[in-house]
Amino acid sequence: MKINKHIAVSDSGFVFNPVTGESFTANPMGIEIIEMLKKDQTVEEIHAAVLDKYHTDNTTVEKDVAEFFELLKNFSLIDRHETTEN
Amino acid sequence: MEKLRYERPLIKRLDGNMPNKFGMRSDYTPKTHIEGVAVKDLIKQYGSPLFVISERQIRDNIRKARKAFETRYPRVQFAWSYKTNYLDAVCRTFHQEGSWAEVVSGFEYDKALHNGVEGSKIIFNGPDKSSADLEKAINNNSLIHIDHLDELYKIQELSKKQNKTARVAIRVNMDTGIYPMWDRFGFNYENGQAWTAINKIMQSETLELVGLHTHIGTFMLSPNAYATAAYKLAELARNIRLKYNHEINYIDMGGGFASHNTLKGAYLPGTDISPSINEFAEAITTALINSDFPQNKLPLLILETGRALIDDTAFLLGSVITNKRLSDGRRSTILDIGVNILFTSFWYDHKITPAQPFTQYTEDTVLYGPLCMNIDVVRENINLPLLNNGEHLVVHNVGAYNMTQWMQFITLRPRVVMIDTNHQEHVIRDNETLKSLLDLEHVPDHLTKFDL
Amino acid sequence: MKRPKIRIGVTGLNAIDNPGPGVPVIRGLLEAKSFDAHIIGLAYESLEPGIYMHDLVNKTYQIPYPSAGADQLIDRLEYIQEKEHLDVIIPNFDAELYSFIKLSPRLKKMGIHTFLPTMEQFDERLKVNLPEFGEKYGIHVPKSEVIYQVNDHKKHMEKLGWPVVVKGKYYDAGIAYNADQLAGYFNKISAKWGLPIILQEFAHGTEYNVTGLGDGHGNTISAVPMRKQYITDKGKAWGGIAITDEKLLNLTRKFIKETKWRGAFELELMKNKKGQFYLLEINPRIPAWVYLAVGVGQNIPEAYVNLAMGKEVEAFETFESGKMFVRYSWDMIVNLSDFEKISTLGEL
Repeated sequence: MKINKHIAVSDSGFVFNPVTGESFTANPMGIEIIEMLKKDQTVEEIHAAVLDKYHTDNTTVEKDVAEFFELLKNFSLIDRHETTEN
Repeated sequence: MEKLRYERPLIKRLDGNMPNKFGMRSDYTPKTHIEGVAVKDLIKQYGSPLFVISERQIRDNIRKARKAFETRYPRVQFAWSYKTNYLDAVCRTFHQEGSWAEVVSGFEYDKALHNGVEGSKIIFNGPDKSSADLEKAINNNSLIHIDHLDELYKIQELSKKQNKTARVAIRVNMDTGIYPMWDRFGFNYENGQAWTAINKIMQSETLELVGLHTHIGTFMLSPNAYATAAYKLAELARNIRLKYNHEINYIDMGGGFASHNTLKGAYLPGTDISPSINEFAEAITTALINSDFPQNKLPLLILETGRALIDDTAFLLGSVITNKRLSDGRRSTILDIGVNILFTSFWYDHKITPAQPFTQYTEDTVLYGPLCMNIDVVRENINLPLLNNGEHLVVHNVGAYNMTQWMQFITLRPRVVMIDTNHQEHVIRDNETLKSLLDLEHVPDHLTKFDL
Repeated sequence: MKRPKIRIGVTGLNAIDNPGPGVPVIRGLLEAKSFDAHIIGLAYESLEPGIYMHDLVNKTYQIPYPSAGADQLIDRLEYIQEKEHLDVIIPNFDAELYSFIKLSPRLKKMGIHTFLPTMEQFDERLKVNLPEFGEKYGIHVPKSEVIYQVNDHKKHMEKLGWPVVVKGKYYDAGIAYNADQLAGYFNKISAKWGLPIILQEFAHGTEYNVTGLGDGHGNTISAVPMRKQYITDKGKAWGGIAITDEKLLNLTRKFIKETKWRGAFELELMKNKKGQFYLLEINPRIPAWVYLAVGVGQNIPEAYVNLAMGKEVEAFETFESGKMFVRYSWDMIVNLSDFEKISTLGEL
């Protein structure tokens, strides 16, 4: 799972893709996951990190993270061709 | 270390024309308690979904309404509109507060009797009153509001047969400048039907014309329309006085005051545009006081206010079944609350708030009910905080019509709990069970057995 | 003498091709001779150009849409007031006026002054009430009828004649030349703005506008008529000339005197071939072309603020004729970080 490295993420939750000129806002959980992706963490590592820090369960996290990745793909923030890695 | 509250990750594209609420102070505050009782505990104990009614709010509302009218007019009587909510506990709360009963069917009439309301304090409205219903009502000295000529003749016949005077009023429909004009009920004012009916009653030996009734519409936002209606009824009363030297006892202005719900398609929310009960009271009482009634003979003013007294006393508690993203990217949330129990979601955008704390992050969401039916949409679009599966939410202003128009469809109807003024909970209607429905059914012998 | 500093919140910063009045109002305020204006922008959307005009606007806050309700608006304004200590708010959108009129007593308690029409004045001039309005105050208005169903138009067409103007309760209008077009507009407009729909007799002639200010006691503080010279495809003036038609001025003074109008307004009128003026619409707020009034010597925003602050304001007696406005668009270069701030924090 490779996130576009040029993407600028600010503390306020503002996400800017300089290649397409699109801007987004994300909630803190979204920002955390994007930051983990930028550090090349795997999906499993992301799941574990979320489960460790938050009051939730594995099924919910798997489902929500997968859906979040779908959104990132739709917004062209993840390179579609590399999503089969990991 | 204590784990933090989980919120699903969310990212939204910023569109120039899209208002976004990120960073703004939250639009909602969670509704965690009702009358001091935690929503979480209520659901744990009584299940989800669940209707919860505040007895305190009912009493506050009726007292405020009475005050609004009684400070402006000497003789006022409220009658509880059974069809709006005829759960016995609700009706009896109103009766304890001095309200009579206003019923529109034989079933509701019997319910009022069962609740212990004296026959003479039951107002019997509506187009469908059977001969048996009418006989009972005549016998009990109830106030019968005549809807059409056939009914007038029927009452005349029955009262003669019973050799008892029937106390009657006519329902009058009229143009009050509002749309739609409710001309299907009662006798029209403008074309003289109402005057004709009055003459027939006055000439009958067994009918006593005790009042005049109107009910100009529903969810009315214009107090002025009531003033117009009151003037027209006063005009009829004056004509009766002139021609027959007869004073009617009461004017019944019906109901129809808007509640604070927001009608679908309205630009501004109901909380902003619905007139207060004081505004309605001012319009109606001013019209009556300024009319031709002699000051010492002002008629009793009867009000059949339903919705405005009960809507904000009840909440519908529910839970999130799942979150789904639709094919077009929209977020949808499936609740255990459907249109089967939230009938009013067809015409209101109900206020819906989560029952637990949340962050300021929100997403446009379609709210679906649990029914396996395409019509089961509680809300086409609502901007809601991010809810997790199993979390609870509260639908506000559900007291009117939902607990009478609800459907037993696909699933069973839930419990209704009333919280009393000492914060004690009482189940006032049990949830339906398979048995409660099967009790009504009969299977012919030849259909009892089958092999599959 | 040192001019007092007045802190003023202004909405309608959408200086786009169908512009809101906010930016020209601010220009008027900044040119005021009687006070030194400190401007706080109040915006609904993150791309309203006024947000980024830092030489005009000191700071901007996002506020909730009127449809979110007065309670949410007051919550947000309380938050803004804590930080900004506003003296006056000038709301410039039709859709928000109802909420601001309703909230004005609460705003006053917070120290924020407004100068708005009364709720009665606001209601009375609603499009659906225009015929009664015209009759009550003796002002010519085109014939109009209110309908709730498309087919109801048939009853009125003999009286109104084709073409007919199909208008929404709050906004939007179209000219229908036949029943099909009428149905089209009916459906489109009612879907957006609800029922009823108003059918108004199509008034032939030349369009004129007047902006002005009433003191709430029947006195005219300001009145500047304008003839549109160029109209965009959105029906907005892109150029207009200040005119001195006494008939128009008299009509405006009569309108203010009869209604005891309080606050700013714009009258939309049509002059027919016989030279009679028909009142088509009353907008209960400052129009987007108000800077023309400032430019010819009647600073309406300044007088508005002084009236709001409870000061005695002398009526403007004259204005310079022979001046016109020509609107133009202007591309600003904006740092993305500004957009980020207003988008994520709701403040800039």
